[in-house]
Amino acid sequence: MKKNGVKMIKIKAKDVDVFYGKKQALFNISLDIEENQVTALIGPSGCGKSTFLRCLNRMNDVIDICSVKGEILINDFNINDKGCDVVRLREKIGMVFQKPNPFPKTLYENVSYGPTIHGIAQSKQEMDEIVETSLKKAALWEEVKDRLHEPGTGLSGGQQQRLCIARAISVRPEVILMDEPCSALDPIATAQIEELIDELKKEHTIIIVTHSMAQAARVSQNTGFFHLGQLIEHGSTDKIFKNPDNKKTQDYITGRFG
Amino acid sequence: MNLILFTFIVLLGFTSYYFGRKKAYTIQSTKKRLTALPQFYGYYLAIWCAIPAFIIFSLWAIFEPTIVKLLILSDYSNQGYLDDELNLIYEKTKALSRGQFTGEITPFIEASAEKYLSLRSIAQSSKVVIVLSAIIASVAYAYKRISSNSRTREPVEKFLNAVLFTASLAAILTTVGIVFSLIFQTIDFFKVIPLFDFVFGTHWYPAKAFVRDSSEALDPTMYSDTFGAVPIFAGTFFIAFIAMCVAIPIGLMSGIYLAEYASYKVRQYAKPLIEILAGIPTVVYGFFAALTVGPFLKELGTSMGLEVSAESALAAGGVMGIMIIPFISSLSDDVITSVPQSLRDGSYAMGATKSETIKRVIFPAALPGIVGSILLGVSRAIGETMIVVMASGLAANLTLNPLESTSTITAQIVVILIGDQAFGDPKTQAAFALGMSLFLVTLCLNIVALRVVKKYREKYE
Repeated sequence: MKKNGVKMIKIKAKDVDVFYGKKQALFNISLDIEENQVTALIGPSGCGKSTFLRCLNRMNDVIDICSVKGEILINDFNINDKGCDVVRLREKIGMVFQKPNPFPKTLYENVSYGPTIHGIAQSKQEMDEIVETSLKKAALWEEVKDRLHEPGTGLSGGQQQRLCIARAISVRPEVILMDEPCSALDPIATAQIEELIDELKKEHTIIIVTHSMAQAARVSQNTGFFHLGQLIEHGSTDKIFKNPDNKKTQDYITGRFG
Repeated sequence: MNLILFTFIVLLGFTSYYFGRKKAYTIQSTKKRLTALPQFYGYYLAIWCAIPAFIIFSLWAIFEPTIVKLLILSDYSNQGYLDDELNLIYEKTKALSRGQFTGEITPFIEASAEKYLSLRSIAQSSKVVIVLSAIIASVAYAYKRISSNSRTREPVEKFLNAVLFTASLAAILTTVGIVFSLIFQTIDFFKVIPLFDFVFGTHWYPAKAFVRDSSEALDPTMYSDTFGAVPIFAGTFFIAFIAMCVAIPIGLMSGIYLAEYASYKVRQYAKPLIEILAGIPTVVYGFFAALTVGPFLKELGTSMGLEVSAESALAAGGVMGIMIIPFISSLSDDVITSVPQSLRDGSYAMGATKSETIKRVIFPAALPGIVGSILLGVSRAIGETMIVVMASGLAANLTLNPLESTSTITAQIVVILIGDQAFGDPKTQAAFALGMSLFLVTLCLNIVALRVVKKYREKYE
């Protein structure tokens, strides 16, 4: 989105290196992510796009041997600083995973999980509203409103993934990270999620890792192409897909390797 | 003799395997395709060797003694002996033939003993002949039968199936047998002692029921107020409760620590160490409780002005709890570790801290397994014998004071069955009644455990 013709940058990554033990997984990544846009990260398997995504909400902290160097500025604040509160950071940066991972709880408890641990809702009524709006935004409300107190694991794959999206947006994050959110879903569920992504970008900045070129082309405004831990090229999706600067990008997009 | 025969049959089995496989190779060398791998031909012949041997051996074991006995005693028929006397004669004959007879030897018995020996040797040699010829006949028949298109794989698989089935049947039948022997003795016990007195009576003094002769044993009046099981049931549950109060919190927390917080290195050393605790024999825990913890508690209590028995429920229950810690910790560690990483990631990505994630996501997901491990711990606590025998006293006090001594079902069974006891004596049968009630309690516990686990599974999967 442009304000007064100037692109608003939400996330600014500067010279990010990631190591798994001694093995370097990401080399010198610098990438700007625009606010209220969908940015797609594409590239062959093992190229580091998921690793980069996990840097943005410090999920790599969970992995013992992983270390991250460089600056990642979100709203001009470096999240790799020692002073960064990971709990607050992850409240602001939601995440949706490759495989739907609803908690073994009821639908209601799944969505109210985030607001509960962050103390967002003051009353039961407020919580009910949050759950309802989140499910509505995730286009799941109509299907599940009569069985909110049934286990979330009883839904279909596509519904589970939308439940996970509802869970992620329940704390009104500024950014939503999606790690191949449709790879475990059938085409109809995929279409629903893609539609949803388009809707969500009005209020959230979205970064999506995907293996599907077509999906990247359909949902994103910007695209970054990763290869062997390096960011080869990034820019508007139109440009990357129609007129890439780099030969490798062109080869990957036209399906010559990857 | 039997051992040599058995070895020989095993050798025959290997030989038939070899010949079966060799025949299969021969068929293969004529470029014909076999219906099964060559070793199946070998197994097939080996089975044809094993089955007749097994059948004849079992028939022999069942019928040989009966037939020999009939033949020996036929000499004594029509002489007006009673059945008991005939049995005695037969026993004397057998003893004499083994050279273990010490009484007066009559010519009659001597003749019988000689006859017995010759019958046995005839039986033995005919067994050898019959077994070997049956094996050779059946193997030869099977060897002739197998050809390129005969089916060998299916019979071999069926045979294996039957062997495995027999093994599980043996396990089940043993259990059924044990339960039945418990039931019959228990019924006998309740013929003398009313069920009501046993279940609701509050005095347990089995020593009072010391029987001098069998006419006394059937007089119910002398057992009033002797076999009231309330104190020992209360003691059992009380001590188990104390044990679980120690084991559940410590076990669960150490399980959670190992699964979620401990670094790889700590886990690598701590887990085997805790499992060593599970390998300590209960006797060792027993004297630890009786000689260390009990006196320590007594001294501690005395210094605080409390009256503590040297053999207290607290000492026994506490040590028993320590014994159960590794079960709960190790099992709950396993279930917690097996909760999928994706659930943890999901929770962390929402901004949950580690403890919130454990409390709200991992613990509920692992609950069926944790409940299972706790109930397993409870049934161990109820069935545990050695610690209570050594550390909690043998007098069945009805008390809820952990500082006094109490006794448990298992300890009382030990007390009753140690030393001389007569079968058919209510005191002995009381042990069976107690065993039966213990069995029923653990059975109920297991059923409850399974239902609980199933219920949570439905909810969380």
